[in-house]
Amino acid sequence: MLTLQCPYCGVDADETELSPGGEAHLKRFGPGSTDEEFEDYLFARQNPKGVHFERWRHAYGCGKWFLAARCTMTLEVFGTYSAQTTEPPQTIKDAITAKRPGWTWGTLS
Amino acid sequence: MSTRLAEGGIYLDRSEKRTFTFNGKRLSGFAGDTLASALLANDQMLVGRSFKYHRPRGIVASGAEEPNGLVNMGKFGTFEPNQRVTTTELFDGLQAESQNHWPSLEFDVGAINAKLSKFLPAGFYYKMFIHPRSFWKHVYEPFIRKSAGLGKAPKSRDEDTYEHFHMHVDVLVVGAGVAGLTSALVAGRAGLRVLLVEQTSRCGGRALIDGGQIDGLDVADWVGQTWGELNAMPNVTVRTRTMGAGVYDHGYVICYERPGDHQPDADGPRHRLWNVRAHQVITATGAIERPLSFAGNDIPGVMLASAVRDYLTGFGVSVGDRVVVATNNDDAYRTAITLHKAGLVVTVLDARPEGAGDAGLRADELGIPVHKGRGIAKVHGGKRVTSVDVCSQAGEGAVLESIECDAVAMSGGWSPVVHLWSHCGGKLNWDEEHAMFRPDPARPPLGANGEGFVVPAGAANGALLHHDVVHDAWAAACTTVDTLGAKVSGKAPEPSDESTKPMTPVWMMPQGAKRVLREKAWLDYQNDVKVSDVQLAAREGYESVEHTKRYTTLGMATDQGKLSNINGLATLSGELNKPIPEVGTTTFRPPYTPISLASITGVAKGDLFQPVRKTPMHDWHVAHDADFEPVGQWRRPYAFVRDGESVHDAVMREVKNTRQALGLLDASTLGKLIVKGPDAGKFLDMMYTNMMSTLPIGKCRYGLMCSENGFLSDDGVVARISEDEWLCHTTTGGADRIHAHMEDWLQCEWWDWKVYVTNVTEQYAQVAVVGPNARKVLEKLGGMDVSKETLPFMQWADGEIGGFKVRVYRISFSGELSYEIAVDAGHGLAFWEALLEAGEEFGVMPYGTECLHIMRAEKGFIMIGDETDGTIIPQDLNLNWALSKKKDDYLGKRAHEREFMADPNRWKLVGLETLDGSVIPDGAYAVAEGDNANGQRNTEGRVTSTYHSPTLDRGIAMGLVLHGPKRMGEILTFPKVDGGEVKAKIVDPVFYDKDGEKQNV
Amino acid sequence: MSEPVTELGGKVVEGWVTVRDAGLCGMITLRGDLESKAVKDICKKVTGVAFPKPLSAGADGRSGLCWMSPDEMLVMVPYADVQMALSDIHSALQGTHYAAENVSDARSVMFLEGAGAREVVAKLAPVDLHPDHFKVGDFRRSRLGQVAAAFWMRDEETFEIVCFRSVGDYCFSLLSASAEAGPVSVF
Repeated sequence: MLTLQCPYCGVDADETELSPGGEAHLKRFGPGSTDEEFEDYLFARQNPKGVHFERWRHAYGCGKWFLAARCTMTLEVFGTYSAQTTEPPQTIKDAITAKRPGWTWGTLS
Repeated sequence: MSTRLAEGGIYLDRSEKRTFTFNGKRLSGFAGDTLASALLANDQMLVGRSFKYHRPRGIVASGAEEPNGLVNMGKFGTFEPNQRVTTTELFDGLQAESQNHWPSLEFDVGAINAKLSKFLPAGFYYKMFIHPRSFWKHVYEPFIRKSAGLGKAPKSRDEDTYEHFHMHVDVLVVGAGVAGLTSALVAGRAGLRVLLVEQTSRCGGRALIDGGQIDGLDVADWVGQTWGELNAMPNVTVRTRTMGAGVYDHGYVICYERPGDHQPDADGPRHRLWNVRAHQVITATGAIERPLSFAGNDIPGVMLASAVRDYLTGFGVSVGDRVVVATNNDDAYRTAITLHKAGLVVTVLDARPEGAGDAGLRADELGIPVHKGRGIAKVHGGKRVTSVDVCSQAGEGAVLESIECDAVAMSGGWSPVVHLWSHCGGKLNWDEEHAMFRPDPARPPLGANGEGFVVPAGAANGALLHHDVVHDAWAAACTTVDTLGAKVSGKAPEPSDESTKPMTPVWMMPQGAKRVLREKAWLDYQNDVKVSDVQLAAREGYESVEHTKRYTTLGMATDQGKLSNINGLATLSGELNKPIPEVGTTTFRPPYTPISLASITGVAKGDLFQPVRKTPMHDWHVAHDADFEPVGQWRRPYAFVRDGESVHDAVMREVKNTRQALGLLDASTLGKLIVKGPDAGKFLDMMYTNMMSTLPIGKCRYGLMCSENGFLSDDGVVARISEDEWLCHTTTGGADRIHAHMEDWLQCEWWDWKVYVTNVTEQYAQVAVVGPNARKVLEKLGGMDVSKETLPFMQWADGEIGGFKVRVYRISFSGELSYEIAVDAGHGLAFWEALLEAGEEFGVMPYGTECLHIMRAEKGFIMIGDETDGTIIPQDLNLNWALSKKKDDYLGKRAHEREFMADPNRWKLVGLETLDGSVIPDGAYAVAEGDNANGQRNTEGRVTSTYHSPTLDRGIAMGLVLHGPKRMGEILTFPKVDGGEVKAKIVDPVFYDKDGEKQNV
Repeated sequence: MSEPVTELGGKVVEGWVTVRDAGLCGMITLRGDLESKAVKDICKKVTGVAFPKPLSAGADGRSGLCWMSPDEMLVMVPYADVQMALSDIHSALQGTHYAAENVSDARSVMFLEGAGAREVVAKLAPVDLHPDHFKVGDFRRSRLGQVAAAFWMRDEETFEIVCFRSVGDYCFSLLSASAEAGPVSVF
């Protein structure tokens, strides 16, 4: 049962106040994209053992979506951050590197 | 016999008598007794029967680890099975009945199984019940069901109350023995917010029985003093009768408090489940003594050595006049000494040739006979121990002498209670010297910051001796306080010490016991698993402890192997000739001991089981005999049933009346989302498949929403309110979901678009005024022009009706002249009643959701959730007209271009008209020629909506059919569940008023 | 026009902790840039209450401001004044990007009164309600049992609780059942 800090309102939210939204940093492909691109966007998901980036919504709280970087093995949370970004901020990446040197995730590292 | 001694019993208040019944027999005990001690005081050693062989079972332990003493407790609304007698505090009027026997505890027919035990080996059920297949349902299943379960299932509704409580602390200390008290004291003095929980009714743990000193005080005095100090600290909360049940991620711990079990007539909840969030958890959960595996170790009267002295010292109960103590360690000498001092006859069989340390010397001084290097070959007795055969531990069980006795106190060493440490991933090391698993400090359960958040203290950490317990707990607490950045004050408590000799692991007594003895040596008392069963499993190839557990059912009973797991593991390891750590342990899963389901439910029972959403007119519906149906968490009237009508009659009447006169529908549940901002039009064009940005102010448009997958997700009428504001209606079940969906896209994809979405669903009560007389009633109430000219179909207007401030939408889901009228929810009921009153002369009747469904089906309108199921695209429902070709992009557009979505063989929506006028069963499939690969008939369509239409007086349906729209007039066959079939003709799905003249008047 | 009614119809359950329908409350959901002077000014103007910091609320009688999210304020005014307040907001914020909707009837508001109110809320919400952590003026959106709710402390012994109207009855019953079960004796 996780506790994640909502970066918008600052509340340490119990998991029962949150709703999960799957993988973060998906790039949307719409009309004009190839079948492969579109299928990847719709269906291909990472399932890492270790560092992962996820979407969460503070559903019972301020209602904002935010992103979380955490370890799927130990449930260690490296940080939460704004959803209005296409990739994790450097501070989050640094926090992960400090704990998991050499980590990779998709094209990130 | 077991009996209450004239004196003694530090837990008792002999001035307070308690009466209770066991199997209807009236017995008595004292305040402070557990049910177990009170039963023993009344010589009720036999308390139950085992699961498989129905062997007589007596009390073995004195705490949470008890495998045998399980009873049905209470009557009717307070009845509960499988209550552990050792953890049940005695109260006046307690009613208990033993379990798992027929016809009586003393004489149980099922005990015949024991005679057949040769035919009931490990894995018996797996071996026996595989063939023949046809026996599964009618022979095996009823048999297994009959023998499954120990207690009876309750038949009455639970009359007690339960609740939850949420608490956040710096440190949670589990266990208020000497280790827990020490830890809590350190954390409390450091100023941290501390919660200390203790599963029993008193603090002090084993120390109250076993003694010792701390800081020169007798430990009982030290405990009292410390308890007082903790209670006085404002930052410390102490809670007895509260068990640390489970440790979960990020410091989430479930604690299970039983404030009402010992005082059933008191106010307040029976159980309270604590949802604790702790930065650090100290597990001072103690240790559990292990039984020894010797033949006849399950006969009533064979008990753990610690339990024997608990009953004597704590409760003044002697379990037998003559007791044999069998041990492999020093600790059980305490039992011998205690018994001796109470004037009872005791003999010690110490498996170790070298005997004990200081405790051995004391036994010698007292003249207690101690036989070193000796063990028990066999215990004799039926429902009670009668004698013990003594043998050499190193031998095969040759009897050296027999000792007449009525109880055996056994000790195979101690296992730290590592459950809470392990629940969330803490790992264990095998401690060869003490033959036990203990927490590995290098591999703790990890919290949100990646650091360990559980620290074991005292016996739970493998520090078994008084002196070590105190020092270990002090160290654990200092570490914890330090981790949390606080400062330790005061100095370490100084405990007394004594010298001991190491224990010797004894996994079988005697070491070379022959098969006939091993077949009588029990590991798991409740599930009847013997040493020979585990050995058989190993020989049959079960090498993994997890597999062996399931094959033999070792440790799978309600006690979850608290006594049996280590002995079973060691037996398996011996048979496999592998060291114990290589065989591994089974997984420790929460809860530590069973907790009541009702405590998990908490207050959420009866009317509060789940939220019921109510419209402003809900109470009116209740008062007018609405037959409700759940729609999401809403309750909506399905039909308003009048005297003498069936529900079906009511629905038919409502449809006819609405089509012929005037109907009112409570449509308040429809979602209403205000979408506002400079980019609102652009945004809605992405959300809906059709164009919303071009909708003129004052007009309404029906819209479809697809997921990015292309599948239909919701529909509803959108109204343009102003230049930058739209109101989107969603389905009843869709309001919250679609609101969240919109926020998702706005926050996570198009965050630079200036759009605000506000959910105003519940601000308004909404009433659909439907039927040929709809305009008449509104005109009668008066206030605004609702004529065809001023307010034509698919427009909306603000105004007043009958003095109510309203917004009126000219939209129709029934095909009739229809106004949907929104009014502030606080006026909803009054408006509804005003319409009913004014409508009386026009034949007004309220109608429910089934009438709504039939009317929309007669019109061929789709329903999200009926025609759609998450795999349906608009094209399947011939809704291509609602897919904008002008827009470059909208959610679902790209998906519709995928090959599978564009497949001409996708089933498409048609109407279905039965040839005989009957109603096609809901969900029926149309069969095609030939069979599929599984030998089932091929199908070519399925029914999505099906009703009896009172308007057409026949069965109508909609369905998805292969090439459906091109096959008008063809006949499909729908088999029925009962074996018959219905034939239906493919027709246009619009059954009623094809040109839409009625709604547009 | 009829007299408006609340979902709870003035219900009160008295006891160790009393649960009371707060009656008609004027409420406006205001979405916008909470950093902007225009928004701050109009909020203060229509309520007479200081603009609250994140996760807090303030009130003066039936007027008040509750911080709902970084771009949402719940503006509370007497029920009869809500249209006036709304039009004040519209004229003050005209031309800016904002949304203001009357939600007075979309919500149920209730008071929880008594020294044990804190414990009653702690029975239902996964929130740290320790007096050192949750203080008068702190505002929290969370859940009570199975529904979304917001609550704050008007004073040491009074919680004001806001939930959706349709579950007002559920919420009221949940609170009164939890109050009736008595103290936990922790806070």
